[in-house]
Amino acid sequence: MSLDELIQEAQRQLRICNACRYCEGFCAVFPALERRLEFTEDDVHYLANLCHNCGSCYYACQYAPPHEFNLNFPRTLARVRAQTYRRYAWPAFLGRLYERNGAAVAAVMAACFLGVLLAMALAIEPWRLFGAHPDIAGSFYAVLRHGAMAGVFGLVFVFVVAAMAASASRFFVSTDFDSLKGGLADSLTLKYLGGGGEGCTYPQDEASGARRVFHHFTFYGFLLCFAATCVGTLYHYGFGWKAPYPFLSLPVILGTLGGVGLLLGPAGLAWLKRKADASLKDEAQRGMDDGFLLLLFLTSLTGLLLLAFRETHAMGVLLAVHLAMVLALFLTLPYGKFMHGLYRLAALARFHAERKLPPPRVGSE
Amino acid sequence: MLTSRYKEAFISAREKTWDVLVLGGGNAGLCAAISARRAGASVLVVESAPKDFRGGNSRHTRNLRCMHDAPQDVLTGAYPEEEFWQDLLKVTGGRTDERLARMVIRSSASCRDWMRAHGVRFQPSLGGTLHLSRTNAFFLGGGKALLNAYYRAAEGLGVEVLYEREAVGLEFEQDRFVAVTVKHLDRQDTLRARALVVASGGFESNLEWLREAWGPTADNFLIRGTPYNKGRMLRALIDAGAQSIGDPTQGHCVAIDARSPKFDGGIVTRVDAVSLGIVVNRDAKRFYDEGEEFWPKRYAIWGRLVAGQPGQIAHAIVDAKAMGRFIPPVYPPLQAMTIAELAAKSSLDPEQLESTIATFNAAVREGTFDHTVLDDCATEGLTPPKTHWARKIDTPPYFAYPLRPGITFTYLSVVVDERARVRMRGGDPAKNVFAAGEVMAGNILGQGYVGGFGMTIGTVFGRIAGHEAARVAR
Ligand SMILES: Cc1cc2nc3c(=O)[nH]c(=O)nc-3n(C[C@H](O)[C@H](O)[C@H](O)COP(=O)(O)OP(=O)(O)OC[C@H]3O[C@@H](n4cnc5c(N)ncnc54)[C@H](O)[C@@H]3O)c2cc1C
Ligand code: SF4
Ligand code: SF4
Repeated sequence: MSLDELIQEAQRQLRICNACRYCEGFCAVFPALERRLEFTEDDVHYLANLCHNCGSCYYACQYAPPHEFNLNFPRTLARVRAQTYRRYAWPAFLGRLYERNGAAVAAVMAACFLGVLLAMALAIEPWRLFGAHPDIAGSFYAVLRHGAMAGVFGLVFVFVVAAMAASASRFFVSTDFDSLKGGLADSLTLKYLGGGGEGCTYPQDEASGARRVFHHFTFYGFLLCFAATCVGTLYHYGFGWKAPYPFLSLPVILGTLGGVGLLLGPAGLAWLKRKADASLKDEAQRGMDDGFLLLLFLTSLTGLLLLAFRETHAMGVLLAVHLAMVLALFLTLPYGKFMHGLYRLAALARFHAERKLPPPRVGSE
Repeated sequence: MLTSRYKEAFISAREKTWDVLVLGGGNAGLCAAISARRAGASVLVVESAPKDFRGGNSRHTRNLRCMHDAPQDVLTGAYPEEEFWQDLLKVTGGRTDERLARMVIRSSASCRDWMRAHGVRFQPSLGGTLHLSRTNAFFLGGGKALLNAYYRAAEGLGVEVLYEREAVGLEFEQDRFVAVTVKHLDRQDTLRARALVVASGGFESNLEWLREAWGPTADNFLIRGTPYNKGRMLRALIDAGAQSIGDPTQGHCVAIDARSPKFDGGIVTRVDAVSLGIVVNRDAKRFYDEGEEFWPKRYAIWGRLVAGQPGQIAHAIVDAKAMGRFIPPVYPPLQAMTIAELAAKSSLDPEQLESTIATFNAAVREGTFDHTVLDDCATEGLTPPKTHWARKIDTPPYFAYPLRPGITFTYLSVVVDERARVRMRGGDPAKNVFAAGEVMAGNILGQGYVGGFGMTIGTVFGRIAGHEAARVAR
C-alpha cells in the first residue's frame, strides 16, 4: 500500500468510526476524532499516535472483517504510526532508518561493539583487557580512558537529545503548560492502557493489566538506570569519586533496581507480543519492536553482569560489551521504537489542549 | 467449513437430550442460555451465523432503556416507571400489552447489575446523544462487545454453542416440543431437548416474506441488521399452532443512505440531515413536512415515508449552513456549487429541482433558528409545509444524500405470557416452549418505537425464558 493509499484508507475508517462512535469509552482516539468532520493527513498522524494498539475497538467492531467494511482500526493506525516515525524524524534522511529498523538497530549494535573494542585495543595493551581487577575505584579506567568514554557519550547524548527534540517538535509544539501536564500525567500512568477500567484487550480479547505492568517495569527501569548514570556523573565530576562504586552506593542501587525492571519489562512485553493477536499487528514493525526490546534487555543484562563480575578476568570484556550496548541504545533512540513515547506524549498534550476548546460543531441526533 | 472441533461438538450434541435448547445466539438467546445454565440446566445454543457474525441484530446495538428513580452510574436524572410507560403508550398508540410492558419496565431497573455480573460494561451516552443520557445506558464498545462478554460468560459456565446451524423445523408431540431439525450445508440433523427457547429474531432479512407483506416495493428496502433473521422459527411456531400478534408490515423502519449495503450496514448508514433542509422524491418534489419532529420520532417515520414514494428513493438536500449540525454520515454527500449540477449528480431533473427549491425559498419566513427546540422558522403558504427549522437553501456548496427505507426489525410475533411461555391458539400456553427477544417483541410494540427498548425486552424476557425453561426441564 502506498503512503497516499494508507492515509486514504485511514480516512475511510475514521469516517466510519465517526458515524458510529460505539468505542468512545475505550481511549482518547475516539473523543478526539469526534471533534472533526473531515480528517486531514495531519489529523490522521495525530489520531494514530493516540492509539496503542490494544485491540479493544477491533473486538468490539461490528464492521471488522469479514464484514464488507473491513474495518481494522488498530492495524491501520499502527501502519500510520510507522509512517509518522519516518515523516517527522530529524534529520529527515535518517527517517529512512525506520524502513528496516530491526536490521538498522542490529547494525548499530555491531558497529558500536567493534568501535568500543577498537578504542580499547588502541588505548591499552591487549593483556590488560583480560586481567583481573580488584574492586577499587578507578579500575574501569584501567581498560578505558575516562576522558575518551565521557567525550564520546557526551557527544552522543547531546546529539540524541537534539534529534529527539527536533523530531517531536516537528510533530507538535505546545507552550500550554496545563495540557503538557495533562499529557504527561496520562503518559506516565499509561492511563489508556487501562482500557476504560479493567485493563485492555491485550494480548487477546480479554481485559488484562499485564501490558501496563510490563510497560511500567520497562519505562521506570529505564528511568532508574538513567538516574544511576546521572548520579555517577555527578559523583565523578562533582566529588571526584571514581567508578566502580560500592554495592550499597546510590548509583549501584538505582542501576540494579532499574536493571531488574529492564529485564522483566522487555521480556514480558516480548512475551505478550508473541501471544498477541496477529490480525491486529502491523507485521512490518516487528523488527523495530523486537530490536528495541532486545537492546534494552541486553543493556540491562550486560550491566548487571558487569556488576557481578567486576572483580574477575571477565570485567574488561563485559565492560566493552556493556558500553557498546549503551552506546547503541542511545544512538538509536531517535530512530527506533523509543520515539513512540515522545509522539504519544505530544499527541496526548494536543488532546488535552483540544479538550479545552469549546465543543466543536460536529452534530447531534 | 466444519472444523474438527465443531464436528466433535456436534456429534455429541446430536446424541444427547439437552435440558434446554436455545435457538438464536443474539442478546435474548444468550440471556436465556446463561439464566438456564445458572439454574442448573444443560444448555445448547444453536446459531445460524458463523462465529464472526454471531449475535444477529444485537451486535449492532448501542444501548438499552432503563427505568431508574435517581441518577445511577452512567444514567443522569430519573426515569420513573410512569414516564417510561407513557412514552411507550404514546408511540404505540395503545397497541401494547400493559401487563407485559410494565413488567419489562420494572425489570429494566435491575437489568444492569445482572449484565455487569456477566461482563457487560457501560459508558456515558456517546457524543451527539446527550438527549439519551437520562433514559438509555450505553454499552462500552457497543453490542458486539456485549455479546463477546456474554459468550465468554456462557462458555465459562458450560453452555455449548453450535455455529452455522440453522433451525429449520420443530417437532411436537401434542403440545409438547421434542426436537428441532437443524441444517448445515446440505445436511440435516435432529437435536432433542426437554425445553425450547426460541430467540431467533424477526423476519426482517427474509426478502420473500417482506415482499409478501409489503408488495414489490420491498425489493428496494435495505436491511440494517443481520442477514440471518429469516423468521423460520417464527413461522414454524405459528405453523405448530402458536398464536401470533401484530401486523407483518409493522416494525422499525428508518431512512438510511441509499448507497448502504443490502444487509448489515448498521448504525453508520443513518442520515439525519432531513430537518436541516428539504427532502425530495424521484421527481424532485417535496412530499412531507421535514420540520415536524425531533430526531427519535423523525427517525422512526421517515423510513415509511420514503417507502411510500415512487421507486422508494428520496434525496435529502441541504446547503453549507447545515454542515456540522448532524452526525457526519459514513458516505460523503454528493456536492455541487449549483442546484442544477447537484440535481444532475443525483439523477434528478435539474429544472424541477431548481423550481422546487425556489418555491421553497420563497415560502420561508425567517425566524430565530434554533435546532434544539421546535423553533419559529417555518414556511408560509406551502404544501406540504415545513413547520420548523425552515431556512432558505441558498448558500453553496449544496449537498445531497440519497435515501432508502432501512428495515431495523419486524414486529410480527408469537404471543407469550409473563413467564415467556408461548401461547397456543387453543388459549393454553405450550408446555415447554418459550420465546424471547424480537420474536415476541410485538406483544409490547404493536407499532412505533422507543429507542433502546428492543434490548430491554430481550434482556428481561431472555432471562425469564431461560429460567422457566430450566424449571420445566427438571
Ligand atoms: C442497526 C441496528 C441498531 C439497533 N440499535 C439498538 C439499540 O441501540 N438499542 C436497542 O434496544 N435495540 C437496537 N436495535 C434493535 C435490536 O437489535 C433488537 O431489538 C435486539 O437485538 C433483538 O435481540 P434478539 O436476540 O431477539 O435478536 P438478534 O440479536 O437478531 O438474534 C437473533 C439470532 O438468531 C439467529 N437465528 C435466526 N434464525 C435462526 C434459525 N432459524 N436458527 C438458528 N439461529 C437463528 C440469528 O443469526 C441471530 O444471531 C438495533 C437494531 C439494528 C438493526
Ligand atoms: S471501531 Fe467499529 S464499533 Fe468502534 S467506533 Fe469504529 S466503527 Fe464503531
Ligand atoms: S486499538 Fe485500543 S487504543 Fe487503539 S484506537 Fe482501538 S481502543 Fe483505542
